[in-house]
Parts: sequence; C-alpha cells; structure tokens
Amino acid sequence: MISVRAAGEAGQGVESSSAGFAKAMMRSGFHVFVLLDYHSRIRGGHNFATVRISTEPLWSHSEPVHILLALDEEAIPRHLSQIVPGGAIIYDENHQVNPETLGGDILAVPAPIIRIAREVGGKELMANTVAFAIAAGLMELPLEPIEGIIQENFRKKGSAVVASNLRVSRVAYEWARENYARRIPFHLTPRAMPGRMLMNGNEAFALGALLGGCKFVAGYPMTPGSPVLEWMAAHAARYGVVAMQVEDEIAALNMAVGAAYAGVRAMTTTSGGGFSLMVEALGLAGMTETPVVIYEAQRPGPSTGMATRTEQGDLLFVLHASQGEFPRIVLAPGTIEQAFETGWRAFNLAERYQCPVIVLSDHYLATSLRDVTQEALGLEKLEIDRGKLLSEAQLDALPEREYKRYAFTEDGISPRAVPGHPKGVYTVMSDEHDEMGHITEDPVNRRLMMEKRMRKLKLALNEMRPPSLYGPEEAEITFVGWGSTYGPLREAVDRLNAGGVKANMVHIVDVWPFPAEAVKNILSRARRLIAVENNYSGQMADLIRMMTGIEIKERILKYDGRPLSPEFIMKGV
Amino acid sequence: MGDVRDFYVPIRPTWCTGCGNFGIWNALKQALAQLDLKPHQVAVISGIGCGSKLPDYTYVNGFMGLHGRTLPLATGVKMANHELVVICTHGDGDAYAEGLGHMMHAARRNIGIVDIVQDNRVYGLTKGQFSPTSERGRISKTSPWGSIELPVNPLLVALAAGATFVARSWSGDVDHLTWLITEAIKHRGYALIDVLQPCVTFNRAQAYDFYRPRVYKLEEDPHYDPTNLNLAFQKAQEWDDRIPIGIFYRTEERPAYEEMMPALAFGPLVKQPLGQFSEEQIQKLMAEFV
Repeated sequence: MISVRAAGEAGQGVESSSAGFAKAMMRSGFHVFVLLDYHSRIRGGHNFATVRISTEPLWSHSEPVHILLALDEEAIPRHLSQIVPGGAIIYDENHQVNPETLGGDILAVPAPIIRIAREVGGKELMANTVAFAIAAGLMELPLEPIEGIIQENFRKKGSAVVASNLRVSRVAYEWARENYARRIPFHLTPRAMPGRMLMNGNEAFALGALLGGCKFVAGYPMTPGSPVLEWMAAHAARYGVVAMQVEDEIAALNMAVGAAYAGVRAMTTTSGGGFSLMVEALGLAGMTETPVVIYEAQRPGPSTGMATRTEQGDLLFVLHASQGEFPRIVLAPGTIEQAFETGWRAFNLAERYQCPVIVLSDHYLATSLRDVTQEALGLEKLEIDRGKLLSEAQLDALPEREYKRYAFTEDGISPRAVPGHPKGVYTVMSDEHDEMGHITEDPVNRRLMMEKRMRKLKLALNEMRPPSLYGPEEAEITFVGWGSTYGPLREAVDRLNAGGVKANMVHIVDVWPFPAEAVKNILSRARRLIAVENNYSGQMADLIRMMTGIEIKERILKYDGRPLSPEFIMKGV
Repeated sequence: MGDVRDFYVPIRPTWCTGCGNFGIWNALKQALAQLDLKPHQVAVISGIGCGSKLPDYTYVNGFMGLHGRTLPLATGVKMANHELVVICTHGDGDAYAEGLGHMMHAARRNIGIVDIVQDNRVYGLTKGQFSPTSERGRISKTSPWGSIELPVNPLLVALAAGATFVARSWSGDVDHLTWLITEAIKHRGYALIDVLQPCVTFNRAQAYDFYRPRVYKLEEDPHYDPTNLNLAFQKAQEWDDRIPIGIFYRTEERPAYEEMMPALAFGPLVKQPLGQFSEEQIQKLMAEFV
C-alpha cells in the first residue's frame, strides 16, 4: 500500500493530474482512493491530493504518506510529519531544501522538475506531469498507463500538447530510474484487474439519477453539490435531460417542484447553504405531495462555513427543516456504490410516496475518487417504479370532473395524474386543501388530510434499509456511523481486528423515516458503543436516543472540516 | 371558439364585491375560450394573495405555490411539458416584491409563459400595507407617514430585462384585457401583462373612477409602433392624467427558451421515454470512468 501525495498551489493542476495518475494506477491493476484537499480560491493557497494505491480494495484515505510530490517549497514543512520512514520527497532542484532537515530515514529527491518541464516540454505548467512520472519511476511502475492517460486527457488540446507531455513524462521517468532506482522500499507489481471504473460520489449519484430517468435538474452552483448539475448538463442534450443553472436556490427547488408536478422526474443539487434557501419550497413539495429529489452535499456551516471542506452537520437540519409536519425521506449514501444506487432509488421513493426525498452527501463522499466495478454498481437492480401514477388508460376511465388528486386512501397515497389529460384536471394548493385540491380550513378535513399524508411514512418505513453490520458479530467495540464515515470506519474495524481488538460497526444509510426497531435490535446486542461522526455534537447519536432511547455516551467526533481517517478513529478508542 | 363555461367550477371566490380580480378572471376564461383551448391544455400557476386564488376558482390545471415564487414554479411546468399553455396570475406583491428577480430572469430567458400581474398597488390579503407599485407618500399601516420608496415601474423593468412582450391593461375593460391575453398566449416567449386593478377595499383612491377617465389605448394611436424598443421605454414612463394601456413592446425575433433547449427538440420531456437507454448508451456512459 502506497500513498502518493501531490501538494502545491491552486492552479498547478494538482487535482486533475492526481485523478489522471490514479486512473493510470487503476489501469495497472491496483485499487485506488483519491482524497482532495483544497482551498476556496482559484489561484494560490496550498492544495493537495493524496492517491492511495493498493493491491487490496480500499475504502478510505489513510494519514501516512509514502511519497510526497512537493510542487512548491511550502509543501515540505506542511506534510513532513506525515511521511513514513523510508518515504521519499520529490521536489524541484532549485527549491531551498536542506535534506538533513528531512530526517535521515526520508529520501530526498531534488529533481529537475521545472527544467524538464521547460526544456523538454516548453512549459512550466507541465511540472505536475514531470513529478508524477518521477514518482512512477521511483516506484518502478510501468509508464505506459500514464502515457495512455496523457493521450486521452490532452487529446482535445491537440497533438502537439499530447506529444510534449509524453516527451516530458518519458524523460522524467527515465531520470528517476537512472538516479533513484531501488532507493525506496515501496513497490507494487502491476497485475490484470479488468472492469474497473474510477469515480467520485457526485459522479456516481449523477450517473444513477440519469439512468434512473431524471429528466429535469435545476440548481445554483455551490460547492460541493454543483458538480452533479455540471455532470447532468454535460449529458443533457444526448440523454434528453433539461439541466438549468438558475438565478438562485429558491428558484431551483420551485422549478423542480413545477417539473415534477407536470410529470417528470426532477431534482435539484446544492449544499447546506443553498438548502437553507430551499426550505420553503421543501414544505411546498410536502404539502402538495410532489415527488422531488434534493441532493444536498454537506460542507461545514453555519453560514458560508468552509466552502471546500467536509462535515456531517446538516442531519438534524434536513430532518426538521420547514414549518409544519409532513412526510419526507432522507437517505445518506456512504460509498460510491450506495451513491449510485441512491441516484435512481431516490426517484422511486419520491414517486412511490409522493414526497420530497433528500439525499445527504458530503464533500468527502462527493469529491473522493475510488475504483469500483460495474458489477458492484448493481445496474441489474436498477428499476423504475413510478408509484401510483395514473396511466393513460386509467385516466381515460375516470369520470368527468371527479378526479380527486388528494383522495383519502388506506395507505395515504392518492393516485396521481399529471396535467395534460381531459379527465385529470385538478388544482394543487400550498394551502390546506380537500380531496379535490380546493382550499379549505375545515377542521375535520385538516385532521384527515394530515393523517393521510403522515400515513405514508408508515409504509415507507417498511422500505428503509436496516443498518448494516460489518465485522464480527461478537465484538468488544461497536462503532456507530452514517453516511460517508463508512469507509474510514470499515478500515478502522479491519485494522483493529487484525491487531487483536474485536470491533465491528453499525452503519446507517436510510435515515428517515428512521428504522428505529432495526437500530434498536442491532445496538442492544453491542457491548460498548461508540458513535463516530463528522460533526461537533454527534447528531446521529442524538437521533438514535430520540428514536430508540439508547444513549451512546462515547463519541468520536471530528469537526475541523477534514474527514475522519481510520487512524483518527483508532486513536479515539 | 370554445365555451367559457368549460372553465367554471362551483366555488365562489372570496373576493370583495367589486374587486378588480373578477374582471381579470373573466377575461382569462374568455381568452381561453376564444382560442378554443380546453381546461387540460392550460396550466394556471399562481402564488399567494387575493388574486392568486384564481386557479382555485377556474377549471384548469392549477397550482397555487409560494408567495413570490410563481414564475420559477411555472418555469418548471413549462420545461416538463411545453405543449401546455402556462399562465401565471399573481399580485403586485408576489410579482414585484418577492418575485421581481424571478421576473427579470424569466424575461431574459424568454420562456414561453404568460405573466398576468394583478396590480392593485396595495396589499389586500394582509389588509392594506403599501406595495412595491404604491406611489410615494402612500399612507398605510406600515407607512404611517407616507411611503418614502419610489414605486417599481414593472414595464420598464421588464423591457430592461429583455422581455419580448410587454403590455398593460386594466380590469375595468374586460374586452381589452381578453384581447391582450389572447395576443400574449399566441406570443412565443415571455409575455408580461401588468393589469391595473382596483382594490375597492384598501385602495379606494385608485379604483374605477381613477382609471376610467385616464386610460387610453396605444392601439388607437396610429403613430405608436410596438416593435420600437426606444418608443416603448418612453411610453412606459407616461403616468399622469393619461395612462397608456395596450402592447408597449412586442418582438418575435428572439426564440423562446424552450425552443433553444436541446433536450426538448424531441417533444415535451413528459412524453419522452423514461430511463430507457440502449446498452450502447449505457456502455458509453460507463466508458467515461474506465
């Protein structure tokens, strides 16, 4: 297992070249995980990306770094403490670095990074290509997969750019082999591992949504949710989707409600700050029983918080947002596979229960890249269920002018017509309304209508996935997590067990309606419970207490804007 | 010519006797009938306010949404099914206070929505506070010494935002308003109709007796050219003893938003197949990640 970290200023291409390097490693037959760490600015500031490479499946990042690609001088003091003994630092030969200050057990590699970029490539901009090629040379990995990525990534910029990047990488790679071969102990042997895909949570969710029949998406750009809007926009023309960047989040959710009312699968993408603006329209979707999906990728708050950092601070907010009471469904995928599944499943749930569905992602899940197989995405499970949506034939059979959009039914779900059919004409009200949809303040109707709406939750609860248990059934420690903490938790559990500490984890994905009985069952079997969350107060632990009466006193919490790592969790035990 | 009775529902409006909303309501139904539209072909979207209750009193696909959010809601409806005739009916508070920004964006998008604003220049449902179109000095419960704000000129705002159809009528002349609505429905792109509407309870100073002697019709002026944007800007500033009504500006040169959206080239979204992708399409998507 090797972690390669590239660090430098924003604008140096750390993010894109790391993703390219990770893809090359994946194609060489390794599992990869990429963690991005960047500032909310276009140029300057210290950014880094860590590519973790392994022959074993990876679920998260990990703190130790084996090779540091220091693209500026600032990178070395910042990351030195995380470099393991035997590790290496690759930096430009012109940087003022005293190798003795690095510690005797770290290999200093002053490399002609800028020189090769300038002299061989003609542009200093290629420094990151040089640095990654040197890293590959150092690890004695084949260069071909990297060359393949260069060809693909620079194709649009013309054959001259491709050729110069290829030249640069070849020279840098050979330089490393000639001067530093066999100087570090980290080596991985490439092998065949077909059928891999590299994606992040945003992409996985967007892909799932598209294949799940999402036809309309409106949003206002906000990190880290907007890449979903961008991805949908990029595929909109070819796959028959309307993707709109609109004036604000208020408009975005109102538009999605309008589109869903008119009969298409519609969603909006945002982060907590944007969701704050959407709260009113969330209530509108609740009152009008309009199926709509809200993708909320959390970042630290309150207010503007930290735009490019991660946190799980919005759980209780999305559960309670809006005045009044109405059914909503909240899902918090924890892995790339779950993000993909949530992409289509959210629309099924929204249409089946005719209510808003909120998908809680976060910056960590949204932006971290991991390799997955197409099989693991479970395409064959993908189904489209539109719930009680009246078909053309059912509409034809309706009596004239008697369609009751909000008919009282046993399960609380009323058969839904969309505008356009002569028999399915009705009004929708943000006011309380009767079965036909007309405004009324009648107390009996209000009670029956509230009960009708809320009844849906009972049925939806049957569909909520119970928490998953990972690790040995019998354990001394049971971690409790939700959403994107899955990866770091899983790895912490594996490492603890490998080290002789029996631990397991309970992971909650379907958050609301809360699967209280299942959670109660699984938690009451545990000996020592520790809640692990990326927030200040332990919101899930509080929710569990509210819904089950089980109090989890021990809590490992992280709220510095950075994701939980396996090491952080293990230290907290 | 259709039948106006197609749009009747047996619910009596909660509007005051003499309310200008009756004229707007009647004109809308007549316009729909004149164009031979059926209730299921029309979606009337509104917000919150006295006038916004209109969809509840009309047999059409109706959606009463949130205060100020009428246009975004209608935009979503139009994008999902652009074969529907989408009409917004909302008051000056909804359209020009909370919703003014949305109006500018709808106008510059030129989305095919008819935007009828019931502009009575006062807040009726909340009992008489000044509105964004109230004149300076209007004394109300929230402006006891007279409003110190300049009123919004919706026509100027719409013109500045790039609206392709900008019109004004008044609810005392149902025939004129009916005609304007039919013209607006036939227009491709965003069409604003600001309707001077008497509020007989909270704005008696600007009721029927105020408007009747003042309004005159632009169509009757042989020198007025509604395709001339500069002229429209000039006319939109006229507000004194004479108040112009009619089409201030109209151009068909810009395509409607829905005509430019690539995904809608194959028909309304709602009629397109849902999630039916070929194996080739799916593999092409997957290949992006390999």
